[in-house]
Amino acid sequence: MSDQLLFSVFPYVAVIMAVVVTLVRYRFQKFKFSSLSSQFLEGKSLFWGSVPWHIGIIIVLAGHFVAFLLPEQILAFNSVPARLVLLEVTGLAMALLALVGLALLIFRRLNNKRIQAVTTTSDYVVLLVLLVQVISGIMIAVGHRWGSNWYASSMVPYLRSLFLLKPNLGFVVSMPWTVKIHILNAFVFIMLIPFTRFVHFLVVPFQYVNRPWQIVRWNWDPSRSRKS
Amino acid sequence: MKVRSQISMVFHLDKCIGCHTCSVACKNLWTDRKGAEYMWWNNVETKPGTGYPFRWEDQNDYNGGWIKKGSRIELKGSSKLQAFKNIFHNPNLPVMDDYYEPWTYKYEDLINSPEQDTQPTARPVSLVTGEYIDIKGGPNWDDDLSGSEEFAKNDPNFDKMSAEEKDGLFNLQRMVMMYLPRICNHCLNPSCLASCPSGAIYKRGEDGIVLINQDACRGWRMCVSACPYKKTFYNWETGKSEKCILCFPRLEVGEVPACMHSCVGRIRYLGVLLYDQDQIENVAHMEEGQLIDGQVNAILNPFDPEVIKAAKESGLADSMIEAAQKSPVYKWVKEWKVALPLHAEYRTLPMLFYVPPLLPIMGNISENGYDNSNHTYFTSIEKSRLPIQYLASLFSCGDEGKVRDVLKKLMAVRIFRREESVGDQSKPWVQKALSEVGLDEKTANAIFKLTSMCTFEERFVIPASHREMAIEMTKMVLEAKGETGFGTSNKPERI
Ligand code: SF4
Ligand code: SF4
Repeated sequence: MSDQLLFSVFPYVAVIMAVVVTLVRYRFQKFKFSSLSSQFLEGKSLFWGSVPWHIGIIIVLAGHFVAFLLPEQILAFNSVPARLVLLEVTGLAMALLALVGLALLIFRRLNNKRIQAVTTTSDYVVLLVLLVQVISGIMIAVGHRWGSNWYASSMVPYLRSLFLLKPNLGFVVSMPWTVKIHILNAFVFIMLIPFTRFVHFLVVPFQYVNRPWQIVRWNWDPSRSRKS
Repeated sequence: MKVRSQISMVFHLDKCIGCHTCSVACKNLWTDRKGAEYMWWNNVETKPGTGYPFRWEDQNDYNGGWIKKGSRIELKGSSKLQAFKNIFHNPNLPVMDDYYEPWTYKYEDLINSPEQDTQPTARPVSLVTGEYIDIKGGPNWDDDLSGSEEFAKNDPNFDKMSAEEKDGLFNLQRMVMMYLPRICNHCLNPSCLASCPSGAIYKRGEDGIVLINQDACRGWRMCVSACPYKKTFYNWETGKSEKCILCFPRLEVGEVPACMHSCVGRIRYLGVLLYDQDQIENVAHMEEGQLIDGQVNAILNPFDPEVIKAAKESGLADSMIEAAQKSPVYKWVKEWKVALPLHAEYRTLPMLFYVPPLLPIMGNISENGYDNSNHTYFTSIEKSRLPIQYLASLFSCGDEGKVRDVLKKLMAVRIFRREESVGDQSKPWVQKALSEVGLDEKTANAIFKLTSMCTFEERFVIPASHREMAIEMTKMVLEAKGETGFGTSNKPERI
């Protein structure tokens, strides 16, 4: 029963909450959407924290996403042992990179007085959730080989069933506790997006690539105002 | 020809007394808030000096502005793609210590102190951490050449000078200084705008004011590093960037921006310039030596019937054209050509112009002190105390001829006025001085008048902004009654 609640009800609650609150906030409280960068207050150790963290986590997340979309292809790719090892080693290396970055970021936030001045409870929550996620992920990768294989074969069907609105717990129930925590925490993370600085990755400015250099805005259209 | 209007400014540096009234007026009005305490949208620097933030002119360090690569110009700090990498950590971003850590004093300790043998003190506390701090520097720590070993000697404009030349300048007898008040230049080719990945920065079509939309800014802080003048600032509390808004809420109701209104030396002029939008891209790509001429050429003559016709076709209101005709800025910049942009080599086409100061130049030291003997006025420019090279590095991309021409004009006006009021110069000599710099008596008088006898209305010519029309275009006017017209309706809070 509790598995039902945690793995087939909670994900929906989390996602719906995330979507609804995000939309409402984006519409009515746009001011809150910011990276809340603290580089201005402390720039040096941010570099060693933020850059490895972001690179590591983006690549790991991309891996999860690709496997979600193309599980068969991943399995086929992994059928050659050398390729499997390559994938696993890369994934683990990136996760460790992210962990190192995250650890530095946490250390920085706790120890720098200026950073402390702009730290709120939500920042601690954010760091805690991320830490749990990365550590549980690394524990899984190390303790339950080969993650890229069984994620594609056993977890993706569950995630897809959620996606198709026909939740099928399948193998989830029998998974070790590390995996369960990893899944649950992922949905906690999603739920927290609109309430924390996580919003920043919803507004990554891809539009910049195609934008003209200069932007001019008018209070009113000059060609019409003259005639009026 | 696509005619656009821009509210632009001239600062007459000979008149600045370095009182910082402008800075304080601005601070009181706009940046007296948490996260903005360290921001001085208007600041006054002593030159030679390192300025605020520290050595802001050193673009090898800050990488602001544009550079020309081959036939194209690009942002010096980062290409569009690099910007995505720099989002995690912007290598060119100045940090708080490059400005200063804002502080206040524990005044309540003075009042609440128990009776004791010693005087109570109000110790300084940081406005960021709230803890006691040791004040190491402030936004004008280089005022009046104080600490010149640390500040004046490190002026980036001296970087090209030899150590000897530099040391010569700091002989006590030769020491010389000037003030440089700075605000955002509301550039025609703003690099802050070009660098904003979110597209939150925009230039207003009506008056060319460059603004940051606080609701669209995401705190990627690229504008802070891309503005070569360091006139965008990151609010560390709200996580948004902010900059000088040229007091647009005041301008829209016909009031003068606070820094200009309060200026004690009355050094500031504000008015409309019409320019040809089609030329701007071209000008921004010109060779360094042509940048200033190119920019001035793009400014249009508001009396020319052709221009007036084109302006109307481009949709400019009659009131705007009229304001352009009365503009004091037009006179300084285009008619008389005695105002120059600051560091035009950054290629942002700044629309704040400076009349370079004559005073630190003139008092040339001969054996016995100041040399003010007759008929040597132009010579004193040649043998100036403050090397022309220094002024040229500020105001004319290093072209000494350009600055010298301006100074000679100002000097000729002086000689002319001295003859008029004191009568100890000879007429023919005065005429020669005027004709040598291409001025006639009428213009010389006009320059004199606008320099020292100008009225408030002559210094500031603000066009009607026609916000009523702007509202009519979008909604029922009666419904909009009582609306403030600017700002956001939410409290500026972090998430
Ligand atoms: S001075 Fe700087 S902030 Fe102002 S418009 Fe130019 S580039 Fe932008
Ligand atoms: S108020 Fe005027 S005179 Fe005083 S420092 Fe500012 S610009 Fe100079």
